[in-house]
Amino acid sequence: MTNTRPTTHPHPHPHPHPDTDGLDARLVIDRTTFRLDMTLTAAPGDVLALLGPNGAGKTTALRALAGLTPLTDGHLRLDGASLEHTPPESRPVGVVFQDYLLFPHLSALDNVAFGPRCQGASKAEARAQAAAWLDRMGLAAHAGAKPRRLSGGQAQRVALARALATRPRLLLLDEPLAALDARTRLEVRAQLRRHLAEFEAVAVLVTHDPLDAMVLADRLVVIEHGRIVQEGGPADIARHPRTDYIAQLVGLNLYRGQADGHTVRLGTGPAITTTEVLHGPAFVAFPPSAVTLFRDRPTGASARNLWRCKVAGLETHGDQIRADLTGGLPLAADLTTVAAAELDLHPGAAVWATVKATQTHAYPA
Amino acid sequence: MTSLDKPGAAAGPRTGRPLRRRVGTGGRRGVPLPLLLPGLLALAFLLLPLVALIIRAPWRSLPEQLSSTEVWQALQLSLVSATAATAVSLVLGVPLAWLLARTEFPGRGLVRALVTLPLVLPPVVGGVALLLALGRNGVIGKGLDAWFGITLPFTTAGVVIAEAFVAMPFLVISVEGTLRAADPRFEEAAATLGASRFTAFRRVTLPLIAPGIAAGAVLAWARALGEFGATITFAGNFPGRTQTMPLAVYLALQNDPDAAICLSLVLLAVSIAVLAGLRDRWMTTS
Repeated sequence: MTNTRPTTHPHPHPHPHPDTDGLDARLVIDRTTFRLDMTLTAAPGDVLALLGPNGAGKTTALRALAGLTPLTDGHLRLDGASLEHTPPESRPVGVVFQDYLLFPHLSALDNVAFGPRCQGASKAEARAQAAAWLDRMGLAAHAGAKPRRLSGGQAQRVALARALATRPRLLLLDEPLAALDARTRLEVRAQLRRHLAEFEAVAVLVTHDPLDAMVLADRLVVIEHGRIVQEGGPADIARHPRTDYIAQLVGLNLYRGQADGHTVRLGTGPAITTTEVLHGPAFVAFPPSAVTLFRDRPTGASARNLWRCKVAGLETHGDQIRADLTGGLPLAADLTTVAAAELDLHPGAAVWATVKATQTHAYPA
Repeated sequence: MTSLDKPGAAAGPRTGRPLRRRVGTGGRRGVPLPLLLPGLLALAFLLLPLVALIIRAPWRSLPEQLSSTEVWQALQLSLVSATAATAVSLVLGVPLAWLLARTEFPGRGLVRALVTLPLVLPPVVGGVALLLALGRNGVIGKGLDAWFGITLPFTTAGVVIAEAFVAMPFLVISVEGTLRAADPRFEEAAATLGASRFTAFRRVTLPLIAPGIAAGAVLAWARALGEFGATITFAGNFPGRTQTMPLAVYLALQNDPDAAICLSLVLLAVSIAVLAGLRDRWMTTS
């Protein structure tokens, strides 16, 4: 598909500002028990992932962008045009809903043709466009099928085609892979990544799955309690988590403390020795696999990064055992099943935990 | 379907029959008498009058009775006016149901209560009220008569109005219930695709709630077909013009009981036909 910016666009911009292409939004929604306040900006071609735990406000933000939930305050500009008072049907915004919401009484083709029809295309024209979209999605053979006859992956692609057929300047995807089983998910994720890469306007997707976010998006926006807690590229977020939620998502032990040279002191408690030299508030992160456990105090080892801990819980984690430790430093440690057996690990067992300084990573808070 | 899927969960020998039936006959538990007796009594109470109607029907003179033009006139008028009343109910009632289900306005609860009022109002009272509103000297009827020369009472149009007045609430309640059960997010999806609220209603909501509308329409049609009180009060009892089947039955009963029985048989046949149609289309889904 070629770029669709030119004059025939169904949503002409009242005040076109060529410099302000893309999304520029501050979304404020006040509810009695919940407040969403976040700023989102993105350039055409960007794929943004809103990542956060359930109830963080991701879907609310998406609904606000689509115009389905009114803003209490803030603004929403898309390609320079203010949209905050524009009803959803007049916004150049396409939505792929979590459970797709394909119209059950219409065939896949007519579902996709629905948008072009509403934008004034003739029936034949709309169907021709829809057929082209289905073809692009590899669904030409299923054009006549009703949604209930489609598999989860096919329905997802029809929903994507339906949203794209309106040629939106902002594409919203709510948990696009959540309704799929694990195997379909892998395949659909790869396809979706390709379609999003080809999409020339702004795409915003909501997910609670860090893998989906990191594979699909160029930029991650992590939301907790209605606010943005961290924003950045997938690699940056994975390496430098700034909240416990993100650290857990990317599988790191995360601590916040005061750095003084090679040492980061956590409150008044333990200190962690790092390779980086920092001063002031800092984070320290290290993977659970960097932790080594001993039954007895290791002799000859330096006292650095050595803590007396107690096993709080054990669970299998892939082919490893993950031990949750409390005591000197609360941390998660991964070890092999054999090692766990040799150490006679069981909840309540006392162990010594060490981490090499070279395997920690410190960065300013 | 749970126990069939789990080996060992279903006790006893496997037969080809559905599990449910086997449980029903095999594991019989005593039916409490206080429920069985009144239940059977109710069944008899509902069925015996119909059986009596069939037993006492003058089957030999039936063809002759039914060939009278008056019967056919009344039947035709009944079918036409009930269908017209249903059409009126659909055209006005479906939008009203949508307003009640999908919009917020002050006093909506009161409006809904008022809509259901004709359901519980004695039809005769409805007929009197219609006369006071649309009669020659009625609140609106006066104007209609003076300015447009339209008189509604004691006309076929009056029959349709009386029947619609009584039948429309059935449709509104039924459609509103279906609308409330329908997922409003389909309308949101339509909106994000550029559909105005009306387009979303026409192209998405209406097809989705079509079974509910059809069921409501059949309910309204059946109610209109049997309408008596409001019709005779507002439209009178003129053969060929306002005398519907129920009116004809009542009149015939006074001077020709055999004719009344024959007319009743016809109405019974129509009712059974409607029920059969309903069963095939909408009732088997449960």
